[in-house]
Amino acid sequence: VTTIIRFAEWADPVPPVRREVLTATPDLDEKKPPVLFVPGFGHGAWAFAEHWLEHTAERGFPAYAMSLRGHGNSGDAPGTTLRSYVHDVVQVAAGLPRQAVLVGHGASGLVVAGALARYPARAGVLLAPVLGGFRMAATVALGNPGGMVPALFGGRLRPGRSQLFSRELPATAAREYAGRLGRAAARAQWQLLAAPALEKPVGDPQMLVVGSPDDKIVPGPVLDRAARWYGGAPLLFPGMGHDLMLDARWAEPLNAILDWLEKPSTP
Amino acid sequence: VDNDAAGWETTGATATIWRGDQPVYDRGAAICVVGAGASGMTAVKNLREQGFAVDCYERETGVAGAWNWRHDRSPVYATTHLISSKPFTQFPDFPMPDDWPDYPDHARVCAYLERYADHFGLREHIWFGTEVVRVEPVEDGHWDVTTKVGWRERTSRYAAVVLANGHNWAPKMPGFDGLADYRGKVIHASAYKDPAQLRGRKVLVVGAGNTGCDIAVDAAQHANRCWHSSRRGYWYTPKYAFGRPADQVNDRLLAWRLPIWLRQWLFQRELRRTVGDLTRFGLPAPDHKILETHPIVNSQLVYYVGHGGIQPVPDVERFDRSSVVLGDGEVIEPDLVVMATGYLPRFEFIAPEVLGIDPDGRPHLHLHAFARRHPTLFVAGLVQPDAGIFSIVHWQTVVIAKWLRLRETDPGRARTFWSGVAAAAEERYSQAKVKDSTRHWFEVGHLVYLRALQKALGELEGAK
Repeated sequence: VTTIIRFAEWADPVPPVRREVLTATPDLDEKKPPVLFVPGFGHGAWAFAEHWLEHTAERGFPAYAMSLRGHGNSGDAPGTTLRSYVHDVVQVAAGLPRQAVLVGHGASGLVVAGALARYPARAGVLLAPVLGGFRMAATVALGNPGGMVPALFGGRLRPGRSQLFSRELPATAAREYAGRLGRAAARAQWQLLAAPALEKPVGDPQMLVVGSPDDKIVPGPVLDRAARWYGGAPLLFPGMGHDLMLDARWAEPLNAILDWLEKPSTP
Repeated sequence: VDNDAAGWETTGATATIWRGDQPVYDRGAAICVVGAGASGMTAVKNLREQGFAVDCYERETGVAGAWNWRHDRSPVYATTHLISSKPFTQFPDFPMPDDWPDYPDHARVCAYLERYADHFGLREHIWFGTEVVRVEPVEDGHWDVTTKVGWRERTSRYAAVVLANGHNWAPKMPGFDGLADYRGKVIHASAYKDPAQLRGRKVLVVGAGNTGCDIAVDAAQHANRCWHSSRRGYWYTPKYAFGRPADQVNDRLLAWRLPIWLRQWLFQRELRRTVGDLTRFGLPAPDHKILETHPIVNSQLVYYVGHGGIQPVPDVERFDRSSVVLGDGEVIEPDLVVMATGYLPRFEFIAPEVLGIDPDGRPHLHLHAFARRHPTLFVAGLVQPDAGIFSIVHWQTVVIAKWLRLRETDPGRARTFWSGVAAAAEERYSQAKVKDSTRHWFEVGHLVYLRALQKALGELEGAK
């Protein structure tokens, strides 16, 4: 049931920050809905600006990529939790000229799911969504203990290059991207471990889950579970790593998402 | 603006019924919303979100209703600003920008509502410059809505009607003895637009509601002299308390489930310690506890009283030809009297019995929204909450939209819900015992009222 009584939002508003939003505008306004890309933990707006932003605009969608607080060129404020990130996404979405499509990658899949429970988006897309939980964390940590275990103690999550990208991506590019990764707030990382329950989106938007069965962070069964929760099946791109927007074959998932948005059944 | 026949056909109103010699355009399952202010717009948005076709009629030429200062009937004056802070004012699904102040002014509120209309694409469902003149029930719970553009009338048939015509546009003038013969200038607050109207004048402001206090504060800064007449003592809630916007503090205490008496004690103590005894300023002592009436939120009134800019005076006794006699016998000679005596809700386009309107002009509605005898007739926004109204009317219209949806998807559960509505006793949605309950019948406490809406929403959404 939809929650009306929201004491936290009324009595304890999230502290404001300055937010980085990168934009790519189509040459012709085709009245297509704006698409807002929300990068996951450690990533900034740059991750989408690399390929996806321009390509989305070329296909006629006004495209936006944001950085969560403490990421990229956005400001930071103390006491950041998942709720602060959700607030950031809703703020940017409500500031767009028209009702937007929200696309969340990685842990921002969970953040965008939270934003969708506040803001009635045109549609929602979860890209390789990290929905949290101990079991998932343990699985990922087994493959890369050095990069994951420090996060348990408030340290930085440091996913390995082999977890983020396929071998098709040239090593220099992979090194460069991995070098640009920042970190999320410690409390938000811990909250992720607890796997907060998904909330029902408001306004009943169409939902799509996209990922790769070869993603070493978000394996196929997790994608299946997420898609099933929203009443669908995931769209899969075998052979790709976790960072679908930076990997060698970045255009394939993006074109599939934009095709899906153009289908008449999608509002 | 002209709704020519060709334009009308595009709405899908093809089948024409005849009522006597008058054609009625059948809009099928579409829903009619009266008014495109904040309440009407959120009704349009939430009904469309539930999949309904909606026609919204607005007699002005823009959205934002009362908050749009370009509108003839807008009560907004230059210094109008919010009295509830952003989190309580904004629509819950469309927050105001982070970089706006805690209490935005009327121009920002208007811009916010215009952005709401654009963001959710509402304008294409609104017929501007179109006045609703009649709303009549017909068979099967449908409604014939007659609209007027210029002299041309048109009647359309709808499956449901949501009245969102606002309650701050029909001025309520008090009937003082001798007022008709008074030769000074008397205006209602609705005609007050700019402090320039006060400049160089001796001004009497009648009424200590939020508007009256704002105008008295304007007069303290711009007029030659200002008397402020109030019938009784009030608590003047400052905008900030305990280092935060005061309403946010109050809700923090509500979240901690502090009982009403403890909150009253805390706030009264804080006010006594910071502002002190109001009678020292010549203001009457409050005759009630804080939180018992609609809050008067004004940090500046007491400040200007303390600086001599405002002289508090008692109730007006009567008007003479050139002077005003006050309750304590004092005679004053203002050049300008501003009656900040409020507004009356008006529903002239609908028969009183349809809405259950009593001789005092008060409609008797369930949850302040559901017409008790008509499951497809609603009023949105007819509440005066102790917080912002936009979020409250958002949830009202979500409940209305889900109710209309449930009638189609699950008639069985809809019947159960409706029997609850029909049997429900009239309630006052307030935690404190309320002063003057007959006059302030549409005041609600936001938490009590939203909990009632939450309960209704729970029944409608069911355990799916």
